[in-house]
Amino acid sequence: MQQDKLIEELQSGNEKAFSRIYELYSQSTYGIIFGIIKDAAISEEILQDVFIKIWNNASSYNPEKGRFFTWVLNIARNASIDKIRSKDFKNKKLNLKSDIFVDILESKSNFFGSIDAIGLQKYIDILGPTCRKLIDLLFFQGFTQKETSEELQMPLGTVKTKNRVCIDKLRAKVL
Amino acid sequence: MDINEYISSGILELYVYGSLTDEESREVTSVLNQFPEVRTEVEEIEEVLRDLSATIAPGNAENLIHAIKRKLGNSSKTIVMETRKTNNLPMYIGWAASILFLMGLFFMFNKNQELRGELQALQGEKAQMESQIADARSDADKTKELLSVIRDKDIIKVPLAGQAVAPDAYATAYWDKATNTAYIDVKDLPEPPRGMVYQVWSLKLEPLTPTSIGILDKYEEDENKIFALDNTNLSEAFGITLEPAGGSKSPTMEQLYALGVVSS
Repeated sequence: MQQDKLIEELQSGNEKAFSRIYELYSQSTYGIIFGIIKDAAISEEILQDVFIKIWNNASSYNPEKGRFFTWVLNIARNASIDKIRSKDFKNKKLNLKSDIFVDILESKSNFFGSIDAIGLQKYIDILGPTCRKLIDLLFFQGFTQKETSEELQMPLGTVKTKNRVCIDKLRAKVL
Repeated sequence: MDINEYISSGILELYVYGSLTDEESREVTSVLNQFPEVRTEVEEIEEVLRDLSATIAPGNAENLIHAIKRKLGNSSKTIVMETRKTNNLPMYIGWAASILFLMGLFFMFNKNQELRGELQALQGEKAQMESQIADARSDADKTKELLSVIRDKDIIKVPLAGQAVAPDAYATAYWDKATNTAYIDVKDLPEPPRGMVYQVWSLKLEPLTPTSIGILDKYEEDENKIFALDNTNLSEAFGITLEPAGGSKSPTMEQLYALGVVSS
């Protein structure tokens, strides 16, 4: 209920509510953007744009359609995917088909000193390759259940149940 | 509804990912509003996902809040300008399009007039060419006919030698007895003076009896200067005299230009 009130305040243009929302969601949003973009500096720019959009378009969030987190997630994904498709990004040629978790962990020694390597290793250990791929497509890339089933050549129902198992694993060990 | 089964189906994870359709998401929302255990489940899924993605973040986002807040004030201005832009753009495009359209219309009108003029000129040229072709064809036909006459073995060729008035001149008569036609070639006679015409005579020699077989009054118009004249006479010679326009009843012997005897 507290969360609902906070969002209502944000929607009425309360800057303090915005600050609180930022505290709650900025770090995970940053991670989602980075999971798609894989470039810290560009991810930072996009993160700023995403929160400006959250401020400007807060009134368009409708709780009946889903979680506020899901709404933020969608904005972040769309902004990141737009960036990836833009001309200036294409030169960077990033391999978007690879396993993002392993990718990020391996790249951290080169670029990202501040990445939570221990935390990330924890996730990699818990999740097998299939779970990592499922979470990458469904959560980070925003694939639908059908698109994921086609991409991984996995029956539609299996995508849903297998993903449930993956998330359960995380909850059991992490929370 | 079996709530545990609903929870374990995996639909709630997809709900948090945002991979359900609008309709499906609305359904899940109404379920979690009715069943607290579903809401708790969704909140836990969300929490683990937030934790997972926060772990992936390449740094601390905390300090960026100041930069973002500075932009918030400006962004509302930018948005006003942006909306104004997007509002005006279709209008400008509309005006530009209608001006282009008008220019296009004028251009097409001019082009149309131009093409019409060209078409008329071409039609005139075509008519001219057609009449030239018709002329050439009739000339060719005539030439062919003359050629066949000259080559015909039944035709009697009568050379008409130049006389005192024009010693250098000469003419030829081709006499087709079968069709009673005499073709008179006068290409090498001098052009008749104004108001005068050549007149062709069929002559009987014993006694000398001239009979007019024609006046060459079309002399100037005829290109090859060969004239077909009816000749039903039993001619023994042909003569050509220069006569006043309209011809004479009997030849003016002082103006005898050419004369030739039919060799029998």
